[in-house]
Amino acid sequence: MHLHKYEKIWMFIGGGSLLAFLIVLGVGAFLQGTQPPSCLTTIDPTNVEAHESFKQENLGLQEMDDKSYVVNVVASAFNYDFGTDEDGAPVKNIRIPVGSKVLFQGTTKDVIHGFELAGTNANMMLEPGYINTVEVTLDNPGTYTLVCNEYCGTGHHFMTASVEVYEE
Amino acid sequence: MDIKSALPKKDASLTMAHMWVAFISLLIGGLMGLLQTFVRTGKITLPFGIDYYQILTVHGVILALVLTTFFIIGFQFALMSKTVGMSDGQRKWGWIAFWIMLLGTTATAIMILLGKASVLYTFYAPLAAHPIFYFGLTFVVVGSWVACFVNFHQLFKWKKQNPREKSPLLAFMVVINMAIWFIATLGVAATVLIQFIPWSLGLVDEINILVSRTLFWYFGHPLVYFWLLPAYMAWYGIIPKIIGGKIFSDGLARLAFILFLLFSIPVGFHHQLLEPGIDPFWKYIQVVLTFAVAIPSLLTAFSMFAVFESAGRAKGERSLFGWFKALPWKDVRFLAPMIGMIAFIPAGAGGLVNASNQLNLVVHNTIWVTGHFHLTLATTVILTFFGISYWLIPVLTGRKLDAKTNRLGIMQTIVWSLGMFIMSGSMHIAGLLGAPRRSSFSEYNGSEQAVEWIGYQYAQAIGGSILFIGILLMMYTFFYMTFSAPKGIEEFPIAEEELNADTTPTIFENWRLWIGIAVVLIAFAYTIPFIDIIQNSPPGAPPFQWPIGNS
Repeated sequence: MHLHKYEKIWMFIGGGSLLAFLIVLGVGAFLQGTQPPSCLTTIDPTNVEAHESFKQENLGLQEMDDKSYVVNVVASAFNYDFGTDEDGAPVKNIRIPVGSKVLFQGTTKDVIHGFELAGTNANMMLEPGYINTVEVTLDNPGTYTLVCNEYCGTGHHFMTASVEVYEE
Repeated sequence: MDIKSALPKKDASLTMAHMWVAFISLLIGGLMGLLQTFVRTGKITLPFGIDYYQILTVHGVILALVLTTFFIIGFQFALMSKTVGMSDGQRKWGWIAFWIMLLGTTATAIMILLGKASVLYTFYAPLAAHPIFYFGLTFVVVGSWVACFVNFHQLFKWKKQNPREKSPLLAFMVVINMAIWFIATLGVAATVLIQFIPWSLGLVDEINILVSRTLFWYFGHPLVYFWLLPAYMAWYGIIPKIIGGKIFSDGLARLAFILFLLFSIPVGFHHQLLEPGIDPFWKYIQVVLTFAVAIPSLLTAFSMFAVFESAGRAKGERSLFGWFKALPWKDVRFLAPMIGMIAFIPAGAGGLVNASNQLNLVVHNTIWVTGHFHLTLATTVILTFFGISYWLIPVLTGRKLDAKTNRLGIMQTIVWSLGMFIMSGSMHIAGLLGAPRRSSFSEYNGSEQAVEWIGYQYAQAIGGSILFIGILLMMYTFFYMTFSAPKGIEEFPIAEEELNADTTPTIFENWRLWIGIAVVLIAFAYTIPFIDIIQNSPPGAPPFQWPIGNS
């Protein structure tokens, strides 16, 4: 089959661009470690409290060391459980100082939920039976809305919370 | 065979039955889409306690599965009848396929309308729909399999009668598309038959969610190529005839279709990039294979513009871009698919963003993705289907594409393009700002970000309203073409090769070879991760009915 000269040039440029793009993605993934959320850790969805990270007292914000935090969350229809504050009220706003490195760690005890901190790169799926994690560095102050971006039922759009990044 | 004669009447009826289902689906599904955009402005609530997610399920299932499958199978029957013929036996099986699919569709629709199956069209285990919903979808798939084997048999029989000739290009393309469909639907059939049906009937207590999602997405991405390839058939095999040109290269067209067969299936993980249970290495492998699917689209872009330029030059255009003006812009059979083709340039680029390992974090499950497939499926594919309808319906009903049909069609094309530009454009922008997809109106506790999103939701309602006017215009044109247009014989435009065209390599018709390679690639991309998923699986999930308002 004869290929036109211009077509060869076109395919060379097109195929070359795809290859360059894939190399960039590959270098990001395997050399710089920017992998998509793939925690690969399983959990019993009917008994998530059995896991250390998801015990009631360990939910919400935990300071690890300077400027490094872990946020544990248990999603259920139609709520994000970040534990309770001193007054016993459920936490709906998490305050984190600007420039912090935050590891969000979540699971669900019923159906599939999304976990997306709008305006940041924190975005992952929470599936029954699995723990998932995503890590971001929060460099810009502001209030970010947490939304469930995976359909979970009639109250799906009411699942929300917020993360406030404040300047010290 | 006289290429200008319309289809045999019996074959035309079979295709026309499919068209009726497709166009009625367009009206119902489009109305649901319109209501969705209204609800999302926050100004309108649905009456009678109808839930947003119920109409979302209707919209998704009826447009993405019913409209497309019926239109495609009907169109493909017409192409096969025209190029390789249809025997009485094949036609009988074609009708059996139609009735099985229609039965399944009806059963599914009833369950959704009763509010017992608001699980959207991607199922979302462990949300549990009524078992009849899953049975209905099984019938749709089984019916389509019957259609697959009718098409395979048609080409097989023709090859036996014409052993030394290469198969007609369009028949070859139909068989490739049905091969993709058949291989892909094995995945969704497996999850529905082995997992969903026993689980929804209460025969087993738990479902393995990651397995169900992996099997679904094994089908879910090739599905979009099953939609796209009939548009490509029209671009490669029909448009050149309409613009007074010839097929650029028969071999190249076949090569593009074979590449789709090879690369469209082993790519499902790119829909699961943010899921917890899949090893990142295998996600990346499927990202690479996903990018490979861009190659046949690049081939297609070159071929199409080569056809346009050579047709224009053949009409005496000499300047660098003069041929562009020489194209028949006032012929709706050309205009509608052409706008679809142009829309595919940003649509395809957006697709590469979605499939990218890390960029996906930014757009995953935001309304950007919805904007993306309203450019690909709802613009590129559907405008091409409309462009096909303007000559195919008259061919089927024994009428002519008259000036009125053409004028209505051009108006429809412009209305559709404008509506989609506004709606899809605002979805893309809102998605980049973080607005989620598949979500009813919400102010997210008075968040400032949500206020910003709501502005774009108004724009979506404006675009959606314009689109619905486009649907009403299309329905009017459909009825006009079916019942009122002047009687006559409309041309079934099938493009031909140049007289001295290069011969097509015979290896392209070596079905064992290509299907063999496809199977090897699928095995490569799925075997190890699938074993992994099963070996490392968590306890299964019980069914949940109450979250979808079904307790």
